[in-house]
Amino acid sequence: MQTSLENDRMAKLKKYMADVLEKTDRPESYLIAVLHRAQNLFGYLSRDVMDEIALTMNIPTSHIWGVATFYHYFKLKPQGKHSIAICLGTACYVKGAGDILRTIKKELKIGIGETTEDGFFSLHEARCLGACGLAPVVMIDDKIYGELTNQKIIEIINNYRKRDRKSKEG
Amino acid sequence: MKKNKSKENFIITLCDGPSCIHNKSKELKRDIEIQLEKKGLSDNGRIILSGCLGMCSKGPILIVNPGYTIYGHVTEKDIPEIVESHLVKGKPVSRLIIDEDHLYNRFFRVFGDVGFFGKQMRITLRNCGIIDPESIDDYISLRGYEAIAKILSDMKPEEVIEEVKRSGLRGRGGAGFPTGMKWEFTANQKSDEKYVICNADEGDPGAFMDRSAIEGDPHTVIEGMIIGGYAVGSAKGIVYIRAEYPLAITRLEKAIKDARDSGFLGENILGSDFSFDIEIRLGAGAFVCGEETALIHSIEGSRGMPRPRPPYPSVNGLFGKPTLINNVETWANVPVIILDSADWFRKVGTEKSKGTKVFALAGKVKNTGLVEVPMGTTLREIIFDIGGGIEKGKKFKAVQTGGPSGGCLPEKYLDTPIDYESLAKAGSIMGSGGMIVIDEDSCMVNIAKFFLEFTQNESCGKCTPCREGTKRMLEILTRITEGKGEQGDIEKLERLGNLIKKASLCGLGQSAPNPVLSTLTNFREEYEEHIKHKKCRAGECRLLLDYVINDKCVGCGACKRICPAGAVSGNPKTPHVIDKSKCIKCGQCYEICKFGAVDKK
Amino acid sequence: MEKKTITIYINDKPYRVEPEQTVMQAADKLGFHIPRLCYHPKLSIEGACRVCIVQVEGLKNYAASCSYPVSDGMKIHTNTQEIRRARRDIVELILDNHPLDCHTCDRDGNCELQRLAYSMGIKKRHFEGEKKSYDKDLSSPSVVRDPDKCILCGRCVRICSEIQKVNALRQAYRGFKTVVMPAYNMPFSESVCTTCGQCINVCPTASFIEKNYTQELFEKLSDKSLIKVAQVAPSVRAAIGEAFGIPPGTAKEKETAAALKRLGFDYVFDTQFSADLTIMEEASEFLDRLQGKGRLPMITSCSSAWMKCMEQFYPDLIENISTCKSPMSMMGAVLKTHFPEKIKAAPEKIFSVAVMCCTAKKYEAQRPELKINGLNGVDLVVTTREAAWMIKSAGIDFLNIKGEEFDHPLGLSSGAGAIFGTTGGVMEAAIRTAYELYTGETLLDIEVNELRGLKGIKEGKIVMDGKEIRVAVAHGLGNACDLLDIARKEPGKYHFIEVMGCPGGCVGGGGQPYADANSIPLDEECLKLRAKALYDLDRNRTIRRSHENPDVQRLYKEFLGRPLSELSHKILHTHYKKKEPKGIIPRGLVRAR
Repeated sequence: MQTSLENDRMAKLKKYMADVLEKTDRPESYLIAVLHRAQNLFGYLSRDVMDEIALTMNIPTSHIWGVATFYHYFKLKPQGKHSIAICLGTACYVKGAGDILRTIKKELKIGIGETTEDGFFSLHEARCLGACGLAPVVMIDDKIYGELTNQKIIEIINNYRKRDRKSKEG
Repeated sequence: MKKNKSKENFIITLCDGPSCIHNKSKELKRDIEIQLEKKGLSDNGRIILSGCLGMCSKGPILIVNPGYTIYGHVTEKDIPEIVESHLVKGKPVSRLIIDEDHLYNRFFRVFGDVGFFGKQMRITLRNCGIIDPESIDDYISLRGYEAIAKILSDMKPEEVIEEVKRSGLRGRGGAGFPTGMKWEFTANQKSDEKYVICNADEGDPGAFMDRSAIEGDPHTVIEGMIIGGYAVGSAKGIVYIRAEYPLAITRLEKAIKDARDSGFLGENILGSDFSFDIEIRLGAGAFVCGEETALIHSIEGSRGMPRPRPPYPSVNGLFGKPTLINNVETWANVPVIILDSADWFRKVGTEKSKGTKVFALAGKVKNTGLVEVPMGTTLREIIFDIGGGIEKGKKFKAVQTGGPSGGCLPEKYLDTPIDYESLAKAGSIMGSGGMIVIDEDSCMVNIAKFFLEFTQNESCGKCTPCREGTKRMLEILTRITEGKGEQGDIEKLERLGNLIKKASLCGLGQSAPNPVLSTLTNFREEYEEHIKHKKCRAGECRLLLDYVINDKCVGCGACKRICPAGAVSGNPKTPHVIDKSKCIKCGQCYEICKFGAVDKK
Repeated sequence: MEKKTITIYINDKPYRVEPEQTVMQAADKLGFHIPRLCYHPKLSIEGACRVCIVQVEGLKNYAASCSYPVSDGMKIHTNTQEIRRARRDIVELILDNHPLDCHTCDRDGNCELQRLAYSMGIKKRHFEGEKKSYDKDLSSPSVVRDPDKCILCGRCVRICSEIQKVNALRQAYRGFKTVVMPAYNMPFSESVCTTCGQCINVCPTASFIEKNYTQELFEKLSDKSLIKVAQVAPSVRAAIGEAFGIPPGTAKEKETAAALKRLGFDYVFDTQFSADLTIMEEASEFLDRLQGKGRLPMITSCSSAWMKCMEQFYPDLIENISTCKSPMSMMGAVLKTHFPEKIKAAPEKIFSVAVMCCTAKKYEAQRPELKINGLNGVDLVVTTREAAWMIKSAGIDFLNIKGEEFDHPLGLSSGAGAIFGTTGGVMEAAIRTAYELYTGETLLDIEVNELRGLKGIKEGKIVMDGKEIRVAVAHGLGNACDLLDIARKEPGKYHFIEVMGCPGGCVGGGGQPYADANSIPLDEECLKLRAKALYDLDRNRTIRRSHENPDVQRLYKEFLGRPLSELSHKILHTHYKKKEPKGIIPRGLVRAR
């Protein structure tokens, strides 16, 4: 089942690349767009995926690797079920985001860019989520939590854990 | 089919910026619909989701037009009252209206009457919150795309450039280069292909005006770019936008499609022989891509590393072709200049800096959010009149403008009028418009370190001064904030800072030392205290604090039990003491004490 | 027509210069050598190191002279105390993130960074802090990559992508964490690296060096039970003198033979002999193909980096590649078959060493299909640099040594064998022999000038019995790829193509002596002088055609029979296989639309 899902994603990626190649004579300039699409489909950029892009788009893998590692947005490892992005924009920082980050790191036992052992959370830093009025904030998946305190963030994390346990049992 | 607008009696705008969504603005939309249904008003008006309105601290924001009544902190319970009183009886609910004296009312009465909505208008953000950003008809009803019609029928490209030059508009992305001149350079190049780029890679931590502008009024940016394309002889526009802005991207995509369907984009625009189209390219999280040559490399599908200039993009840009790059805010000004003339635009602002500037006001200030003010407004007016002063009655210490490329200005500069030259003279920059207010609780060394950490992390790694130099500066700053500062560190910071500023390849490196250098100029004594006396007056540098037990101690032993270093001693029910030599400054004793008996000094 | 000039001021004195050039170019011509690091005249402008900054009046910041254009009236300062201090601080910043192990480093005494630091007058250090720390990549048989020594000038990346078009290397990650690496940070040996070693040539430090086998060789040389045999590539003699301070352009043929004998080799043979042998086989193969037995154009197969490049990027042209082994491997084959027979020794007692201008030969020597009866034809390859170091290290006075001849029976060579070492040489040598084999007449005008020189792609024509033969020559893998793209598109355009993997051919190989303090790596003048040394050798030989080499003739008589005989095919020819290491891009394959 896993493989058919993977095949399906790869087919979608190939279709996307075929469309790009169809519409332009500068396909290499769409590399970042293709990587975005690949990450949307697979959750991260695996070596196999990058090899496939290289072959289809006729772009050296070293170049793709250079690009994928340059931009923070691209993930090179499988990500946790939930992504926690802590805003380290200036407003949040001034309002104590550093403390919140320390708490999260301690609670999850991971650093920025890492995923918890159970594969449940990945921790990222963000530079301004544009919710400065609520500083300090974190964004979990696409939901924003603001005006955080150390206690509040731990509660929020625990709620995610609880919900997950419930959905597993249910 | 589109609703017939003539039957509309009111428009309700709900902000769907992140802060307002967090405060359930989207849920309110449904509540309003239910109430309207109940009152039989569903067909008499509509509800718009506007994109961030920039009044984040008062969200969720709800605006009722006509009349531009702004309601703040609106909850589900308030909806029936607003509908009944305001929409049915025509009586606004005064208890929910936010500041009569709010910044918008105060600073944006610059436009004349332009019809249905229009008493309150800003320039860049003139339509934000007023129109449905997903409706091209709304935009058109506010004279949208009229500037296109005007240039295509009445103006030659060189006349358009002349008008922009005469307006005095300068680049809003940071350096303030005269926009008209940039256009002229690009127009003068002979080439079969030229490109027009909108730089929407807003990456300053704490700045989000470009996002708001696109989310709230995408067509303005598109129209500006079309005008630019016509002026310089380009048929191809590209918006380079952060991938982190999904809402802005969606709205922009829709706006481009609508503009194309309406004949404002594509072949033979409005029947003329001018053709122009726009494509969106996504960034992928690299601050340096705000630099124009790095941005070009990124669009070309490469690592976003800058290259030496000259040649400038106007000569040798995207795919080696002449390329005109302006940022979102700059583009948004263009249609206004064409429609209302350079002469009108020149009336706003100061001698050398014309028009308005949008700032993202944040930090320790009461009202945070987006502020669009005419050039020449003073920092004091923004922070104290618009921003409402410092939170919690604390004392103002500094204002940081220009984000990681800018500087920290102390109180004596509060009356500095905001324009490119004055801010630069004071030791900061206009930048893209971040404005962070800092109070006495913040340590300036720490603030400088924060910004340097950012630029150091965002350095592309190409040139030596920026790659190696910022790392060394950060190491020195870290040392200072950890109480390991040494004699000579300040001089090293200055030496490195000046080197990086003058020797780096691109603007990121050249401005990276600014936060450090400006705090060294304006708050040198804080550095000296950290280094010589190992003291942080703001109490922010944890490792410089001394934890001391005062006479409120009842000897409960909680601190003794929790101390991981065994630094607390004392017999039960007698005052305890902390052994400074053992204390690791973790602060746990301070946290656990119920009697306020632990002081940090 | 008079050239337009403008006035610029350097250090307050006016000079008339041509417009449309950079400050550095103008300054160079006027005798101001502005310090530089990432700049290389053959590569694109990086502008990254910032060592070449100057002050220009009216500019707020310093200008990088490598990229900043001159303009009329410009006032430039190259040597104020301020700019000296700024440059010094920049070099110091580089040193702060560089291992301070100069005295144990492979490039000690020959390092651009070391020279630069010296010329900056860095005496005190100010900014020390965290240093990068990465593992060395020892996986490749040819090239060692040591990221700790990398100063991120990007020359390797640029030569690999712009000149060689192999794209094995890129900067990955960013900022302080930037590292130059192959895709996915995979071992070099598994990447598309062709082992050409040009990254070593242009690296200013020891971030790229050859896999060093000198200690192993010293070990073997002292093993009395072995018969130690060396062969020396043509371009080694054209450049080895430079390692001893002799100016480029002087061939040190007999001195090299003498020094290697002093080093402990029992026999020192000449790869030029096997170059003649190669020509016999290759010219015959070409004539066969010309008569319809095999695909045209035929493409030469001497360059090992090119072979790997071809197997990766041009597998569709495998049938066009000559099946001839390289001269080194042909020599190796003879050394493990005919030679032991002749001296009545067991083949496994022969320790066969190749002294090559090339790092890729280290890779070639390990290719399994080149084995002869289960033995390696060549047991160990050292580069010109390694050989020069061994000679120095063993206390052999190369400068004053009396030259000696190469040993018989594999030491005699024609002039055609000598010019193998430079671009166009193999083709020229092949034409000399093919013409005679085909027409039965001796070609009198044997110097083919259109195939000489450093033009990227050279074309020539020769008429044999009224038949026009069209040939083409490319040097550097980038030019080779361009040429093959043409050949792919127009299959009938050429009959015979010579490809050398390195700029200038073997004289510009990845194992040649480093540029000295006053020159730049891969300097064109230097490459031309090395080539000239080989052309001079050719001109001074009485035997200038491979088929006239009496020892080659004897080898055929005694052992091989005739060119393309069954035995020849068995030991002197080989085959190729499509290669798909991870991260490979079939360069130029028709795009999958």
